[in-house]
Amino acid sequence: MNSGVKHTTAYDVIVMIIMIILAVLFIFPVYWIVTGSFKDAAAINAAIPEWFPKNPTTDNYVRLFDKPAMQWLFNSIFIALMSMALTCITAAMAGYALAKKRFVGRGMLFTFLVCAMALPKQVVLVPLLKEMSFLGLHDSVWAVILPTVGWPFGVFLMKQFSETIPTEMLEAVRIDGAGEIQTFLTIVLPIVKPGIGALAIFTFITTWNDYFLQLVMLNSSKNLTIALGIAKLQAEMSNDFGLIMAGAALGAIPIITIFLLFQKYFTQGITMGAVKG
Amino acid sequence: MKKLVALLLAGVMTFSLAACGSSPAPAEEAAPAEAAPTEEAAPAEEAAPAEEAAPAEEAPAAESVAADITLWTYPIGKFGDSATVDGFITAFNAVYPDIHVSVEYLDYQSGDDQVTAAIEAGTTPDVIMEGPERLVSNWGAKGKMVDLTDLWDEEALADISATSEAVVAACKSGSGAYYEYPLCMTTHTMAINKELFEAADAMQYINDDRTWTTENFEKALQALKDYGVDTTGVVYCGGQGGDQGTRALAMNLYNADFTNADHTEWTMNSEAGVKGLQQLVDWCNAGLLSYDAGAVASDEIQLFANETIAMSFCWNAANQLTYAAETAFTPYPVAFPSESGTPELCGGIWGFGIFDNGDADKIAASKIFIEFICDDATQGPISIANTGFFPVRSSYGNIYAGTEDEERMEMYASFQQWLGDYYNVTLGWAEQRTAWWNMLQQIFDGEDVQAAADAYVETCNTATADASAN
Amino acid sequence: MTTRSKVLVMRETRSAYLFLLPSLFFFVGFVIIPMFMCLFTSFFNYTMSDFKFVGIGNYVEMFQDKIFRRAFWNTVLIVVVAVPTVTIFSLWVGSSIYRMHAVTRSFFRCIFYLPVVTGTVAVAVVWKWMFNKYTGLFNTILSGVGAIDQNVSWLGDEKTAIWCIILILFTTSIGQPIVLYIAALGNVDPSLVEAAEVDGATDVQTFWKIKWPSIMPTTLYVLVITTINSFQCFALIQLLTSGGPKHSTDTIMYYIYYEAFKLNRYGYGNAMGIFLAAVIAIFSALQFKVTKSGSVD
Repeated sequence: MNSGVKHTTAYDVIVMIIMIILAVLFIFPVYWIVTGSFKDAAAINAAIPEWFPKNPTTDNYVRLFDKPAMQWLFNSIFIALMSMALTCITAAMAGYALAKKRFVGRGMLFTFLVCAMALPKQVVLVPLLKEMSFLGLHDSVWAVILPTVGWPFGVFLMKQFSETIPTEMLEAVRIDGAGEIQTFLTIVLPIVKPGIGALAIFTFITTWNDYFLQLVMLNSSKNLTIALGIAKLQAEMSNDFGLIMAGAALGAIPIITIFLLFQKYFTQGITMGAVKG
Repeated sequence: MKKLVALLLAGVMTFSLAACGSSPAPAEEAAPAEAAPTEEAAPAEEAAPAEEAAPAEEAPAAESVAADITLWTYPIGKFGDSATVDGFITAFNAVYPDIHVSVEYLDYQSGDDQVTAAIEAGTTPDVIMEGPERLVSNWGAKGKMVDLTDLWDEEALADISATSEAVVAACKSGSGAYYEYPLCMTTHTMAINKELFEAADAMQYINDDRTWTTENFEKALQALKDYGVDTTGVVYCGGQGGDQGTRALAMNLYNADFTNADHTEWTMNSEAGVKGLQQLVDWCNAGLLSYDAGAVASDEIQLFANETIAMSFCWNAANQLTYAAETAFTPYPVAFPSESGTPELCGGIWGFGIFDNGDADKIAASKIFIEFICDDATQGPISIANTGFFPVRSSYGNIYAGTEDEERMEMYASFQQWLGDYYNVTLGWAEQRTAWWNMLQQIFDGEDVQAAADAYVETCNTATADASAN
Repeated sequence: MTTRSKVLVMRETRSAYLFLLPSLFFFVGFVIIPMFMCLFTSFFNYTMSDFKFVGIGNYVEMFQDKIFRRAFWNTVLIVVVAVPTVTIFSLWVGSSIYRMHAVTRSFFRCIFYLPVVTGTVAVAVVWKWMFNKYTGLFNTILSGVGAIDQNVSWLGDEKTAIWCIILILFTTSIGQPIVLYIAALGNVDPSLVEAAEVDGATDVQTFWKIKWPSIMPTTLYVLVITTINSFQCFALIQLLTSGGPKHSTDTIMYYIYYEAFKLNRYGYGNAMGIFLAAVIAIFSALQFKVTKSGSVD
């Protein structure tokens, strides 16, 4: 293989073709959802697919807003933002301590964390349900938020990021007489910011889509989330696909916004201790 | 370290025990401000021994009851539609202004999970609307429901018995308590594409009373095939949705019984049962019928509605209404084919039950609400008409008389004469439902029908025995 | 150890725990406590109406339960297939895209991110339609080009169903890794790459010697989040196959849900949950060990 010279090779062309095919595959479901949300029941269910709505209708959206869809959307956003904020704050603090402080019980704690970080919440769903009912929080958004924040993946991630903080820097400010909180705010946070960005997106998206936890924890329609609301639109003997797709289209808007807002953290990338290497 | 673990464990134990016996203490119920002074008594602590406090006849003067109650409905006709239900509540409040009803709408996909979660969390509603398989043989059998015997007074009992003894039996638990007060009923049928059947000259195989024999059903399938219909019908078995259709199909072909008469054993591995299942497999192998282990009833009905297939095995009066706008042909309801020509159709019975939340006022208010919705001379027929089904009370007569639905509903009413045993109340029902579609998947995949049916029956019988042991 | 350093350690420990406190509060309160409750109740015949001590009865039943064993192997299959393919594929896509023009790069980055933002229910509805035996897109296309002569029930066939699930899981999982890899590759020190090229290293050599080590942390992150996603694969199964046909798509997650929420056998479900938790813990620890030793740290 010849290297160094950058020109379009056969390989590049093949890559481009594959990418375009993949792009079509990935766009199609979204295209189908968005166009589907403007079709009537007969068109959406037609045996010969209607590639573009012939008689576009906003009926699905009208019916969606007959339901408390905006309230659901608000709940979803509240739950996701709250989980995101609490997770980021607690994880950044804990990650810093784990990475940069030598303390009694550190090794054990970290092992614990690594073992628990990939655990699906659903495993402990019934005990969680009992706990929330004991705390009087069942059927409130907090019943979804609190367990999400407790999940140790964020701490793990932030610990990895905090490894990149140069120890000399911490020592320098300490000699200058900076307190713990000041050190954390002025030195630690700016360095781990990309990590917080990545964690924020991850938490937001998983919380947004975690419909099973929401299903178990929430039951009054004023407390539902958009994911749950959409799932509940499916009936036993008829599926109102138009309504489902309108709901999905509506639900995608905030999450796309979040993605665009935080995108720059992605481009900074995850370094996680690689600086040393 | 050890000490720490021990401490934690002790904490957890006390905690989980406390949680298990905890009473519902919902901090919500942000009742509208104007209702504040009437704030009904019974603070949560007092209601703690929920299970034991079986509410005996309290019978306070009905009008004096003031309470906030919640109602959860499954989408039974228009009972899944908030505008309709709000209308009912407005009518109710005109008579009983002190009882506030708030409603939540469940769906069949996740509704059961939500009720389960609510039961475990102690946040169940007061009133719930569904059928006996849930109210009586599931939640009722597990001691979560209130006995409604006082609603079933002599008049109601006589009136409902006159329609069908099966309805009365279905609402009554093994111990004799009534956990459901029924509102409406229907029979599940199948439907065919009338124009297509006419074109294929297959209408001749259906009797005037909309029944047909197994033999004629096969002839009709053949006629459709000869006419060029690619897929005549689909035996769906991708999940439990709408499984009453496949059950009715398989059992009627050779007039098998689904359970024994006293609902203690499952019997589809009988000679007639296996013969019916084998027949379905044979038809599929011969290309006369199709099966899909990736579809449930809603998928199948959709194929029917968009004319991909010529018949649906999951049909009733409500479906006709739901799909009316989508279908460009005439869905013609027919009974399931049977060897004897006398089918035994599956019924649907819907009504109300009350969760035992330990609050006598709420229970009393709930009973008043149920009576109003079901038995009020004006509201009763309206409630039923909005389900799209038929009254369980014979005294209501033809509630669709004089409406635009009259003709259609009269035709569906004619199926009531074939209403079969309501075996859905057999204990272990939930296990049976899963075992059923798994068994269908096995036989269509080529496994021995008798062996698969035997295994299925064994699974179900074990579940039934376990459930009755508790 | 001198008294002075002991004092220092104590001070470090105190301040460390103050930083850890909020996180530990949530972790202990909503992970550890439920986990202990889970463990405790797994020794009971715990149902909606019963709470009877049965010792290790649930665990014995679990290992004899054929469906559970099937579900376990299905879960393993999903994880073992999805985690490496998602990682490798997203790395390949990431490195292909990152060399492209900035606009093209942004375009593709957004495209691959789309399924992540659409929400599981709606995505499942579309795929279900595409997989439909009679009117689905795949059968229409494949029979159109003559690749199949009989319609395939993609989700209804024991041989294909789990692969369909894995495919959908794949499309909803690769968005985030791709975006991360693009970023990570953009962060690789260009002077190192140039130096290698001057030394006459091939593209492949440059990749393995220079780029791979510096994107190792991203790989670790990708592995972890993909593992989380794969073990949690539940909604797709509930919405598409209910674990069928013939239990070929049952996963432990789905089976726990079925036992707990459909049959109300909480004790049995919790026993399976404890088992799954143990498996995941070991798996995570191994994964961490392996990637850790592979990195340049």
